[in-house]
Amino acid sequence: MNELPLTRDPAALRTRAKALRRHVLRMAEIVGQGYVGQGLGIADVLTVIYFSELRTRPAEPGWVDRDRFVLSTGHYAIGLYAALAEAGIIPVAELATYGADGSRLEMSAPETTPGVEMTGGSLGHGLAQSVGMALGLRLQGRDARVFNLLSDGECQEGSTWEAALAGAHHRLDRLIAIIDCNNQQADGAPAKVMGLEPLHEKWAAFGWHTQRVNGNDIPALLAAFTQIRATPGKPHAIVVDTLMGKGVKTFEEREKNHFIRVAPEEWALANRQLEESA
Amino acid sequence: MSTPPRGVTGNILTSDAAGAARTETAPFGHALVRAAEQDPRIVGLTADLGKYTDIHVFAEKFPARFFQMGMAEQSLVGAACGLARTGCVPFATTYGVFATRRAYDFIAIGAALGRANVKIIAGLPGLTTGYGGTHQAIEDLALMRSIPGLTVIDPCDATETAQATAAIALHDGPVYMRLLRGVVPVTLEPHNKFEIGKARLLLDGTDVAYISTGLMTTRTLEAARILAATGIKAAVLHVSTLKPFDRAAVGALLSRVPRVVTAENHVVTGGLASAVADLAVDERLAIRLKRVGIPDCFCESGSLPYLAERYAMTAAHLVKAAQEILK
Repeated sequence: MNELPLTRDPAALRTRAKALRRHVLRMAEIVGQGYVGQGLGIADVLTVIYFSELRTRPAEPGWVDRDRFVLSTGHYAIGLYAALAEAGIIPVAELATYGADGSRLEMSAPETTPGVEMTGGSLGHGLAQSVGMALGLRLQGRDARVFNLLSDGECQEGSTWEAALAGAHHRLDRLIAIIDCNNQQADGAPAKVMGLEPLHEKWAAFGWHTQRVNGNDIPALLAAFTQIRATPGKPHAIVVDTLMGKGVKTFEEREKNHFIRVAPEEWALANRQLEESA
Repeated sequence: MSTPPRGVTGNILTSDAAGAARTETAPFGHALVRAAEQDPRIVGLTADLGKYTDIHVFAEKFPARFFQMGMAEQSLVGAACGLARTGCVPFATTYGVFATRRAYDFIAIGAALGRANVKIIAGLPGLTTGYGGTHQAIEDLALMRSIPGLTVIDPCDATETAQATAAIALHDGPVYMRLLRGVVPVTLEPHNKFEIGKARLLLDGTDVAYISTGLMTTRTLEAARILAATGIKAAVLHVSTLKPFDRAAVGALLSRVPRVVTAENHVVTGGLASAVADLAVDERLAIRLKRVGIPDCFCESGSLPYLAERYAMTAAHLVKAAQEILK
């Protein structure tokens, strides 16, 4: 069975990221609200992971030697489904069922859906399970890597730091944590809810090879992953600063946007802004 | 209540083996090694309690298959779930209090909702430690029994601990098993083989039914022998799997012998007694029930004989409970 072809061409990846964003907008429009801000903000990161880094076989989601993408933040499902559809792991047509009663594309991704490695949503699980996956894959002599996407707010969970200790202690250099800093958690900005900075220094102090890049800058993301391949012996953290709602001006500018409510007449404008965006 | 015997708390390795005619050392650790020799998928983890949960036996034999996770129970259970997702069969050990109180969400969501093939092995069940409320897992069965899809086991002795270890290694699904560690008494006959989900009638009788789990079955067997000498015929049904609960075997006994004494090394709410009462209500069985176990309180620290006496959980208390229910 064929592996998903990967590319390091920024222009091709930008085109793909825009396709992801179109899916995200369509899904959000159908349910009328939701995590559209997160889905748009993380689209570049997901694009680089799925179309430049992750070894998968779309027709065989359970391939034992696949790289694992573990989504801690279950509510980013809207972005993940868009990536899975673009990768051919789930049908594009199924995206129309996002959040509908009886759909397998629940608002928070369940692991019963193809391509979803773990049920996230209860925050603080993803890194611990990723540590276990990396331990298991190494024990079995597989060279697969484990990518865990977690959020800035999730760094308030003690279990994240328990797992960070374990990743460094066991020298899991095929484990990559991507910490999405969109500066927005349920009750507001982390600086007001529970301060997290300096995140780069915290991960580095825990023994991780750490980088901090603009998560909406595709060449910067590509360079970060190149750096990871050149740095053995430690687990890797990339702190990515992203803009919620990226690509749709009206959503980028919204003040409180953890869970966006959108008036019906706003969708046409949002679609237009996305097509006009760079 | 008679005056409890005065002893000393002893060290953390206090076991219930004092006075036992036969004992085995580290039955779980040795059984896990035997299972792992057959099945290369088996791996072990602990949260800084390798020596105190007998998994050090496995760690010494299979160092590459053993992962120390440090004093971090959420990480312990989370990593075990991740290992299971790569096809490993992880056995993760800590004390029951830490597994169930600290890592509850990781067991419920990571292991049970995720159907991860993880075995949580939980030391110091009930009153098997001289330490007090911080270390005595008195409500773990209630917590674990309420999680959908989780298998919950409380073995009686060294023989059953070894048999259950072998059985859960072959079982595909998440399991919570209480651990009797260190020097463990042998009280069950080996032919009386453990099967997941099967209650076993160890002794038949028509006057009163003891339904017991875990190490309390050693005491219900002793109580039945004392009663036999007075002409009272007591049945002993051993329910080492709390979940799935053997409704057929328990229901059949309740129908035949409606005077019932439950016995568990656990608070009397949410565990075995509650499962029996639920079944009686569901099946409309008119029973009289006396519940022997830990009352609704955190317990003192003390020597194990002192604690058993203090909280009315000895064979003598079980005899008394049967006599009262027969009045």
